[in-house]
Amino acid sequence: MANPEIQIKLFATLNKFAPENGDHYPIPDDATVADVVTALSIPQKEAKLIFINNTRADLDSPLKSGDRLGIFPPVGGG
Amino acid sequence: MPVDNGSEIRSAIEKRAVDAVFQDGTPCRKISVADVTDLAGQYSLPGYRIEIQALEAGIIPWRYVRNFRALSFADQIALLRAKVCVVGLGGLGGSVIENLARAGIGSLILIDGDLFDETNLNRQFLSQEDRLSMPKADAAAERVNRINRSVAVSAHQHFVRSPGEDRKLMEDADLIMDCLDNLESRFVLERIAKDLQIPMVTAAVAGACGHMTVICPEDEGLERIYGPPETAPSKGAEKALGCLSPIVAMMGTLEASEAMKILTGRGTVLQNRMLAADLMDNTLQILDLG
Repeated sequence: MANPEIQIKLFATLNKFAPENGDHYPIPDDATVADVVTALSIPQKEAKLIFINNTRADLDSPLKSGDRLGIFPPVGGG
Repeated sequence: MPVDNGSEIRSAIEKRAVDAVFQDGTPCRKISVADVTDLAGQYSLPGYRIEIQALEAGIIPWRYVRNFRALSFADQIALLRAKVCVVGLGGLGGSVIENLARAGIGSLILIDGDLFDETNLNRQFLSQEDRLSMPKADAAAERVNRINRSVAVSAHQHFVRSPGEDRKLMEDADLIMDCLDNLESRFVLERIAKDLQIPMVTAAVAGACGHMTVICPEDEGLERIYGPPETAPSKGAEKALGCLSPIVAMMGTLEASEAMKILTGRGTVLQNRMLAADLMDNTLQILDLG
């Protein structure tokens, strides 16, 4: 069985943490969002709004192969 | 002294109405901008009141003809009867009022305490070189009047900090548009909207990214997006990235679109869902806020 991998989309200031292999980002089995956030050196307080497969999630949410992970920092401008 | 003599006004409108054809070739009757303005002056009424009466008689104020058949007569009347409060008249607010004034929202309450400066010129459509230091509220009222004299406008030059005073201004609004530029004020505005049981359309931008959603009084709302107000920073990623014009104009336009749908009961509204965009890679997603 292929190693689990996810797709990552980081918005605004978090984009600078995006890995080059963001479309096929390998994760360990039983990984959570927090594991990925840590692995990418994203400050946890910046990972304010988290989505897995277009549904709101949080740092403790588990990830599985094929998931699409999106993370927004706080955004407030106009 | 305003005269609200329904049948007299109705017959004055009928006299000004002329035969016309819709874009699809169907015959109809129309009344011009000049005639609406003239009758509004004659009867000391805001133009939108004349336009409502015209529509009720099956006569189209011709300035709105391209709203039809995407909108019905009843929809256009609903927009004209509506009162919308726009808070923040910078990038988002400028885009919102441009759309709402053209659509024919009858009454707009415009609130912003700020003055234009050079840093606004990259994205705020109401700002221009000869308006630096001009109050944003004045510029916004002037813009609405230039686009559509039928709209009843009230402009207020202050920041939303004191819920008491602002509650009074907003209490008879049908909808509140959050076009602010900082998280602290957004939470204050949401408190007011919830206390008054008024839905709020909200958008926020940083760099080339933005998001937009609709918060009804019973929804958790901004806390879903930013976490608890006490832990949210005052400014977000825009502090580092600034805000680019296209995403600001786009999110403001999307806010106006949600407003028109809420007021007419048409379409699907983004309640408990969020539209998220990143124009750098053309990401456009609808996210479930759960």
